[in-house]
Amino acid sequence: MSKEYRLQAPLREEDVQKLRVGDRVLLSGIIYTARDAAHKKLIQALDDGRELPFPLQGAVIYYVGPSPAPEGRPIGSAGPTTSYRMDSYAPRLHGLGLKATIGKGKRSQAVRDALQAHKAVYFGATGGAGALLSLRIEAAKVIAFEDLGPEAVRELVVRDFPLLVVNDAHGGELYAQPKLK
Amino acid sequence: MRIVKSADIVNRVADMVMRANRILPADVLTAIDQAKDRETSVSGRDILGQLQENAALARESGLPLCQDTGMAIFFVDMGEECRIDGMGLREAITQGMRRGYQEGLLRKSVCHPLTRKNTGDNSPAVIHMDMVAGDALKIAFMAKGGGSENMSRVTMLSPAQGWPGIKDFVVNRVAEAGPNPCPPTILGVGIGGSFELAPILAKKALLRPLDQPHPDPEIAAMEQELLAEVNELGIGPMGLGGDVTCLGVRINLAPCHIASLPLAVNVQCHSARHEEVEL
Repeated sequence: MSKEYRLQAPLREEDVQKLRVGDRVLLSGIIYTARDAAHKKLIQALDDGRELPFPLQGAVIYYVGPSPAPEGRPIGSAGPTTSYRMDSYAPRLHGLGLKATIGKGKRSQAVRDALQAHKAVYFGATGGAGALLSLRIEAAKVIAFEDLGPEAVRELVVRDFPLLVVNDAHGGELYAQPKLK
Repeated sequence: MRIVKSADIVNRVADMVMRANRILPADVLTAIDQAKDRETSVSGRDILGQLQENAALARESGLPLCQDTGMAIFFVDMGEECRIDGMGLREAITQGMRRGYQEGLLRKSVCHPLTRKNTGDNSPAVIHMDMVAGDALKIAFMAKGGGSENMSRVTMLSPAQGWPGIKDFVVNRVAEAGPNPCPPTILGVGIGGSFELAPILAKKALLRPLDQPHPDPEIAAMEQELLAEVNELGIGPMGLGGDVTCLGVRINLAPCHIASLPLAVNVQCHSARHEEVEL
């Protein structure tokens, strides 16, 4: 039976350990945005021995490239992008303390193995619900790679951000297996 | 010869791209409502409810429906008895698109394919032009997101594979894509033509409203058959399992070479944003 949790980011190991596939999570606190181009730069920074723009320990990365913020709002539409494009980068980041990623769609076996090895989770947010999810974001500021525009790294403050546990730290997988004849 | 002012095209296109990114077509909203009524999985109904809520919030708040406001795709039917005054048609559409994406606070999602440097204004648009009889100018716009576009495929089947081979390819494509393209999807299927025509047929098929079956009853029956087989996969809304994996299949068919059977499947997410204006 799936459970519901309210969690605070950054996450602690015990937060992650108790989560099981299908659990619903309302996440509050500080999370960071990064998608394709930003990941390439994060990995480059690690290769060069430079400091990352945010601490990875306990961190939650949201795979999103928001639309521009309207006046009076911190951010525009902000739903998840498809996660597999970040699969080649995620295991290394999990190894350095990244506790969760938020996106949509399937992850590779290597990512699922990394979640188990480093006690981390993969959350799904509803793709195409960009307006609804935007309204759960209370603050946003660009903290790195501003030249990447929508792909810049942003620090977000979220409140009750609605998530589903798609891959947990115990090898579970939420997505339905297609019934092929 | 009827004269259309290019400034009018710029204005109408700018308005259209801003509106289409905030208000889902009525047929898509109805299809999501109907999907929620027949979906038996709890998580599936929950997702469809979120999509209904998101559509209402986008309309009220003015936030785009989805942060991926797409690459701008246009299909233009230009009457042979119509002439554009001022700048050229392509330039007018591009200017309208740029203005709509800038003023409408839409995401600029277009970049160099290798350096990945963003062009900054969502240009270039992809513009398909057709010359048609009459003096009307029709411009259809689609905001096509990358997630569903990435799950689309084109293939050259052998003629011997026929309809069963077509169904196999489409069903397997949807199975392989799973949750990635934001199901429930709409499938544009282009059958025949040539290597480059099949995907254009598939994309254009996505413009046909979901409550309008193909005018040829045989092709309409094929659409229904394919839809039923895709929905038997049980992928469900956002891939969480359920009855509604696909909201509709739209087929466009064209004659092809005796040696070939080109096939394209263009996957569209549930946020099927498109609109048409006539000038």
